[in-house]
Parts: sequence; C-alpha cells; structure tokens
Amino acid sequence: MTTTALPTTARAAKIARLEAAATRIRHHALTMGEVQGQGYIGQALGVADVLAVFYGRGDGELRLRPEDPEWDGRDRFLLSIGHYAIALYAALAEAGTIPLAEIETYGSDDSRLPMSGMASYTPGMEISGGSLGHGLGVACGMGLGLRHRGNPARVFNLLSDGELDEGSTWEAAMACAHHGLANVTAVVDVNGLQADGPTPGVLKTEPVTEKWRAFGWHAVRVDGNDVDALLAGLDEIRDQTTSPSVLICDTRTGRGVPFLESREKAHFMPVAEHEWAAAHDALDGVQR
Amino acid sequence: MTAPTKKRLTTSAMIASFADPGQRTSPAPFGHALNRLAEERPEIVGLSADLAKYTDMHVFRDANPDRFFQMGMAEQAMLGAAAGLAEVGLVPFASTYSVFATRRAYDFLCLDIAEPGLNVNVVGALPGLTTGYGPSHQATEDLAILRACPNLTIVDPCDSVDIEQAVPQLADHAGPTYLRLLRGKVPTVLDEYDYRFELGKAALVRPGRDVLFVSTGLMTMRTLQAAARLEADHVDAAVLHVPTIKPLDTATILRELRTDRLVITAENHTVVGGLSEAVAATAAFAGIATRIQPAALPDEFLAAGALPTLHDRYGLSTDALCARVKAAL
Repeated sequence: MTTTALPTTARAAKIARLEAAATRIRHHALTMGEVQGQGYIGQALGVADVLAVFYGRGDGELRLRPEDPEWDGRDRFLLSIGHYAIALYAALAEAGTIPLAEIETYGSDDSRLPMSGMASYTPGMEISGGSLGHGLGVACGMGLGLRHRGNPARVFNLLSDGELDEGSTWEAAMACAHHGLANVTAVVDVNGLQADGPTPGVLKTEPVTEKWRAFGWHAVRVDGNDVDALLAGLDEIRDQTTSPSVLICDTRTGRGVPFLESREKAHFMPVAEHEWAAAHDALDGVQR
Repeated sequence: MTAPTKKRLTTSAMIASFADPGQRTSPAPFGHALNRLAEERPEIVGLSADLAKYTDMHVFRDANPDRFFQMGMAEQAMLGAAAGLAEVGLVPFASTYSVFATRRAYDFLCLDIAEPGLNVNVVGALPGLTTGYGPSHQATEDLAILRACPNLTIVDPCDSVDIEQAVPQLADHAGPTYLRLLRGKVPTVLDEYDYRFELGKAALVRPGRDVLFVSTGLMTMRTLQAAARLEADHVDAAVLHVPTIKPLDTATILRELRTDRLVITAENHTVVGGLSEAVAATAAFAGIATRIQPAALPDEFLAAGALPTLHDRYGLSTDALCARVKAAL
C-alpha cells in the first residue's frame, strides 16, 4: 500500500473535520461522565484526538462497517486499557456503531456500556480489557491469523504508557516483530500518568521510542493532540510492509477543557457536579 | 584392584517415562492425532512457547510448518496470541508445560481465552508428578487452579487411547479446553477394555463388588493394574475412569457412589482441589455419606528424583494402591 498525499486544501479540510469529530467525542465523554458523576474523563479528553483519527465518520483510519461490527473484513481496534471505555464508547457513537442516545446509559445496570470495556457487552468492543498488558498479545494472534487467512484487515491496539510496565507487553512486542506483523500497529497513549502518580515516579518507561525500536518496531512519535501530526504518523505507518509499527502519542489529560487541563494530574480526575456544563461550554469556546 | 560395584542409577531428568518396563506404548499420540485432525480441518493451528519438541507439538510443526506459530519462551504472549487466532476464526492448540500454562500465564488463560469462551485448546505437559525435576516443573496443583475457572473444560487422559480420541472432541467443543498432556512414549491401556473417550463422561471401565476406584489421568492405568492384582486376593475392584475433570460427570459418579464398597479416589495431583475433593463435594452435596479415601499427592512441594521412587513414596504406584486397599478392607 502506498500513501496517497492529499492536496493541501483537501488535507486541511480533513483535519478540520477530524478536529470537529474529536470535539464531538469529548462532548460524548463528558455526557457519560456527568451521568455517573465520575469517570476517567481526564484520559478520555486526552485521547479524543487519537480516537478521532481512527473513528471519525467518513475520515477515520479504520475500515469499518459501523452497522455490522462483526464484519470479517473490519480492522480490529483493541482497547486493552479497559478504563478508557468511556472514550471508546464516545468514539463508537461518533462512528455510528453505538446509537448516540445510548451513551447516557453508561455504567448503569443492564447497560451495554459498562465502566470497563468488555467485548461481550458492547458492539465494536473487540476484547475485554482491564487487566493490563493483554491487548498486544491478542493483537499478535489476530495479526498472525488474519495474515494466515489472507485477510488484509489491520489490527490496532491502544495501550497506555502505564501498560509498558507489564512484561507481557514486551513479550508480545517481541513476538509481533519476530513474525514481521506489518498488519499490527500499537498506539501508545503517553499521558505520563498512572494510578499511583506521574509515570516517571512510578516506573521509568522512557526512552519509549528507543525501546520499541530496539524491539524491532517501526516507531513514530507525535503530539497526540495534534490531528495533523497524527495523520502524518498514520500515513507513514501505512507504508510499512515488514515490521509492526507503533504510534507513540504524547497527550495531555483533560485536553480541550482548560480548567481540567490545569487541574492537578490524577488517574481519577475529580469533577464537581456544577463543572460538567462548564466543561461542555469550554469545549465550544464559550466563556462563563 | 577391582572397580567397586556401582549403585544402580536413577534419574531426576526432566523427561522421564512413567511407563512400566515392557508396557505397550504409542509414540507422541497427541502430535499424531493433531496431524490427522489437521488434514480434515484447515482451521487447526498450533503454537508453542519454546517447547514444541517436548510437548509432541513438533510432530504437528514438522507436518504443518505454515500452521505452526513459535511464540518463544513467552507463555503470556502465547495464550494471548492463541486467543487472537481464535478471534479471527482459527482453532488453536497451544502447548507448553502445565506449570507455565497455569501458574505463570493464568491471567491470560482466564481473561483472554476462558472469559470470551473461545475455542482455544491449551495443552499442558508434565501434569502432576510426571517429572522428577522438582517443583519448578511438577504441576501438582494445575487442576486446583483451573477447576475454579468458569467456562473451561478440563481433560486428564489415561493413555494414548484417551489422547487420540480426545483431540478431535476438544477441537469440536466450542469453548476453551485444557488437556493434561502425556507425551513421548505414552502407555496404551484402554484399548483392552470396552471403552470410548466421550468428552464430559465418566466411564465404568471395570466392574467390581468390593472396591470402587474413582480415578483420572494416568492413575486409571494404575487402578486397573491394582484391580487385576487384587483378584489374586479375591478382592473384586471396580474402576470408574473420570477423564473429564470439568464439567464433572456427577450423575455417573453419584450412581457409582451409592454403594457400600470401599471408595478410593486416585489422581496424579495434590489432594487439594482435584478429583478427590470434587468427588467428595459431589457426594456431600447429594447427601451421600460414603467415606472417600483419597490416593493423591500430599499438600507439599515434592522431591526431585526418579519417577518410580517418587510414585512409591507419594502413594501413586500400583503397589501403594494395593497396600492401601488391603489395609482398608
């Protein structure tokens, strides 16, 4: 496959559409957070641009049939960080796999949208995440199996920088490289934040890019809140034919809502009841 | 000067045979059964974690190189990848040693394979006490770990007959399975009886009026030997073979337990959480007060040494079973 460079104006228009998609994803996530009065909203806001370039309706990187989430030819997007489910539901609503009206059931009894992502509950949720360090191993098997079957679908695994602590992630990284799985792409959300605090103080994972390269991966590091940079990274990865690729995305938790961006970084960001509406307004650039 | 007579050597080597001297055996029954199945079913694939050669997976690998995936010494990645292969429509058999599949990679077996109910067949070699190599390789508690895992079907075969007949049934079963593998030259025993392996079913291989052995895995070979030997003492022993540990065939077990015979369970596994406790719970839950005597490994980390020595020491040998019956009658 070769990259088809879009004319400048077309590319600018695509970026504008995907940025709008990212804003919608952020709104959807805030709506879900407000339903529960809590949630991993900081992470969802931070990763929204990344999810937009994959799921943005009409423009996303993934080959999907939103109305047929089991279509055999679909690209697989594996969410191993189960607590990011709020963000993926928002993206699946953007893509049209989940009806928008359904997101208000998030985390409620009998909802198809549980707090932690589970494949058996939600259309479009490929695996049950939550126990970290599982996604890339499953992605490896899917990549092997799709290639074996001659299915051109690609496999993406969204993992967090915290997940790089898990040895199983690196077992799988070695296996993907050993088998030359060019159909596998890891997407690492580097938000520098883990359950016990900032990543450098929990377990030093840098230099992340060099680690992936040493493991035999084609590594691209971009500003994960810059749609233009994300698209350029995906263009580069699409051209790889012999090795798996990793898109390392530096993101900012709470991105898009200034008063949350500047809030003290926390794995579980507290949001007061009155702040949800203000957060929606902030996304739309409305000053209160 | 004459050389001193050397003491007869025993071995604590990793790979040791538990077959009796002169016993009929079949080579690598798992690998050959998988090859036969693979000829009919193109979706069958194999994986191993740097132990193909020691789990009889090399037989499949050599015949189907494009359908075998070497995952390196990485059991977590292997079970995750097996799940991924099943997710895209293939039927994987993934082999390693039982200790690694259960102790080391349990989270992956549980969440990637069992929770979604995938047709992944995990094949664990050196179950229970089938190596003299010591606790690092003796999977004495694999059944205890796995019996509590929802969705999982668990098979502990007696011999090459069980293995050959089980492999296609494991592949046909829609959900995940775990096979306690006997590898290398595996004894052939059950073809002398009117017996077919049927997944999920216990089978009365031999009737008897005085004693009821309820046994699984290679211990059925031993209980059959013990029953034959006890004939000389005019003791008539029955053998109920329970190759499927989960789901347990409680109906057949309860039918046989409603008896005044001496009941002895026999398993190649710790007394904690294996067949004996499963049978005892089945009886107790049904209100049957029969005393059940377990022939099982002790709740200990076991010694290294030669298998015959260890099977004697820990009560799994035919001699030990016979002595136990005579003491109890």
